[in-house]
Amino acid sequence: MSGIVGYGSYIPKYRIKPDEIARVWGEDAENIRNGIFVLSKSVPSPDEDVITISVEAARNAIKRAKIRSGDIGAIYVGSESHPYAVKPTATVVSAALGCDFPLFAADYEFACKAGTAAMQNVKAMVDSGAIKYGLAIGSDTSQGAPGDALEYTASAGGTAFIIGREGSIADINHTLSVTSDTPDFWRREGQPYPSHGERFTGEPAYFRHTLTASRLMMEKMGTKPSDYNYAVFHQPNGKFPTRAAKTLGFTEAQYKDGLLTPYIGNTYSGAMMTGLSAILDVAKPGERILAVSFGSGAGSDAFDLTVTEEILKMDRHAAPTISDMLADVKWIDYAVYAKFKKKIVLGEDVE
Amino acid sequence: MLSENVFVIGAGETKYGELWEKSLRDLAVEAGLKAIENAGIYSRDVQILYGSNSLAGIINGQENIGSLIADFSGIASGNIPAVRIEASSASGGAAVREAYLAIKSGEYDVAVVGGVEKMTDIFGNEVLDMMSSLLDREWEAFFGATPAALAAISARKYMKDFNVKKEALAMMSVNDHANASLNPNSHFKNKITLDQALNATSVAEPLNLMDCSPVTDGASAIVLASERYLKKNKLNGMRILASAISQDYLALHSRNSIYTLDSTRIAADEAFKRSGLKREDMSFVELHDSYSIYGLMELEDLGFAKKGEADRLVEEDIKLGGRLPVNPSGGLKAKGNPLGATGVGQFVEAFLQLNGKADKRQIKDARYGLLQNMAGTGSTSVVHIVGGD
Repeated sequence: MSGIVGYGSYIPKYRIKPDEIARVWGEDAENIRNGIFVLSKSVPSPDEDVITISVEAARNAIKRAKIRSGDIGAIYVGSESHPYAVKPTATVVSAALGCDFPLFAADYEFACKAGTAAMQNVKAMVDSGAIKYGLAIGSDTSQGAPGDALEYTASAGGTAFIIGREGSIADINHTLSVTSDTPDFWRREGQPYPSHGERFTGEPAYFRHTLTASRLMMEKMGTKPSDYNYAVFHQPNGKFPTRAAKTLGFTEAQYKDGLLTPYIGNTYSGAMMTGLSAILDVAKPGERILAVSFGSGAGSDAFDLTVTEEILKMDRHAAPTISDMLADVKWIDYAVYAKFKKKIVLGEDVE
Repeated sequence: MLSENVFVIGAGETKYGELWEKSLRDLAVEAGLKAIENAGIYSRDVQILYGSNSLAGIINGQENIGSLIADFSGIASGNIPAVRIEASSASGGAAVREAYLAIKSGEYDVAVVGGVEKMTDIFGNEVLDMMSSLLDREWEAFFGATPAALAAISARKYMKDFNVKKEALAMMSVNDHANASLNPNSHFKNKITLDQALNATSVAEPLNLMDCSPVTDGASAIVLASERYLKKNKLNGMRILASAISQDYLALHSRNSIYTLDSTRIAADEAFKRSGLKREDMSFVELHDSYSIYGLMELEDLGFAKKGEADRLVEEDIKLGGRLPVNPSGGLKAKGNPLGATGVGQFVEAFLQLNGKADKRQIKDARYGLLQNMAGTGSTSVVHIVGGD
């Protein structure tokens, strides 16, 4: 059975608090904090983008998997903030990793579930025998218009999974998806910031897809919430995944390890995958994980995983763990944030 | 030939709420057909149709609501008259009154009133602007006034002049939510505590989120019939004992008082006069409490309390088991406020209560009900008294 043979994440160290953003816009910080349950969010530095984040995450995955980059037969990068509209992130990542010339590669876009769609594709290629190992990356430097509700959550980060048959530390028992034409959140070509359907992003979008994919998975596998040690969901804020988990019947003990948005914000394509990465940092052999992503537009990908004995052979500290990255923080104010996010109009000779 | 009495013989409604999967026409047809089925008649028996709606023209880009409902209810081939009545958020009550008059005149024996509003297909700031069309656009909305802001101004002055605490306003919302928790069709089914009602996110001080009715999709419909039709077909119904409507200045600043609803006061006095009943005869009232402050003002202007003293009723009297149960349906705050449907929805609630079919929120021995439906900040009020033997 194919599964995850290496995993790695990257979260920029710069963080800003909702209180600071609320201060600038004259909003009630406590209301924001309580309303979306986000205590801080990560901010990419000016020289970080989806390519650098993807490379960092992939290098961390390779360090743990202890494979040669030449053994990677495919790279798929899911993001909604690829630096180029035309020119793939995946090719730059392959060059940075030193992958071979014969290589399957492409960029994916499906809002916040492009990375998990990449996981499904890579798994299928491994299962079919087309490749030995494949790299699936979910990474974003997401956009939120100044003053918009999204500005409190849209953050940066990414996770890479190497999927293969040999040395799987977490077998992917099954994966499935749900898809519908639901216009809850979108960004048109050339637009700098996304639009969203306000409350429409909740029930008919996030909850319908996430809950349905979760239930279909448990139905297919003949499982119930108590059969899982961990559950991780897409986390656009702290509230949605908590409510989804409780609605399905999961307890805080099951979802707390994968719930990162309160501390790093919404890393979009990286969100569920980074939550899963945090779980793999602490999981033990035999433990079972339900992981469900959500992408606006809309769809959800569900994964049922079982941690294997191989995890004991892996040096999980060969790369920074999620808790290492959560602790490595540099706080910035809105002025620095505005500079980092290129919201300040610069003079012609200033860089 | 003038008909002696007019009765409601059937009622139906959709669930109220954020109904993402249903369109304006879906909602109208669902409620209308439920009402006709509930009445035990056939669509071909309907002689005239009144659609009540407030904002479909600007929210949904759809006018001609009467024809739309007739067409999609499958009765267009009957070629019966079908028109839309618009009186802002009092459209429902005004449409029922038109149907009442049509039957009272002897011209028709069976009429359907279908109220509908589909409000959640647009963004919040857009719907707020469109809701401001309930006001005087030129003299209120253009200067930044919104329905909530004007209700807040009334609330401030009212609370100051009569030394009324915010708790009194909050209790109206607590009561609405408690009743709505027992109504399967309500927008909100959660009870709220006084503490939650007092400490919600501010909207326009002193009003917060729990003082304001929500943006709701929904439709309600009733079937009205003449006494002779009832007798001929051996049907039962809820009698409309009085129907009254009154008008005030459109803009709040033109009124005699910003916390007295003259339109409500005048319509109520007329309704009580016509029905021959007294205030204390009422088993329940359905108020147009689009903002909690209006609930207090309406109790006073309907004559259930002296001006500035409605806060004395909110502790116990307005509860389901109290002396004067208010909004057994859940009211505009918690059952919801789909503008054009709201006033018709009050009739649906009354029909259930007076037929003993309101389940867990049934008021014991309910005999008479008063229904008050209002436009905007009080420019139009429609008051109906229903019930009896």
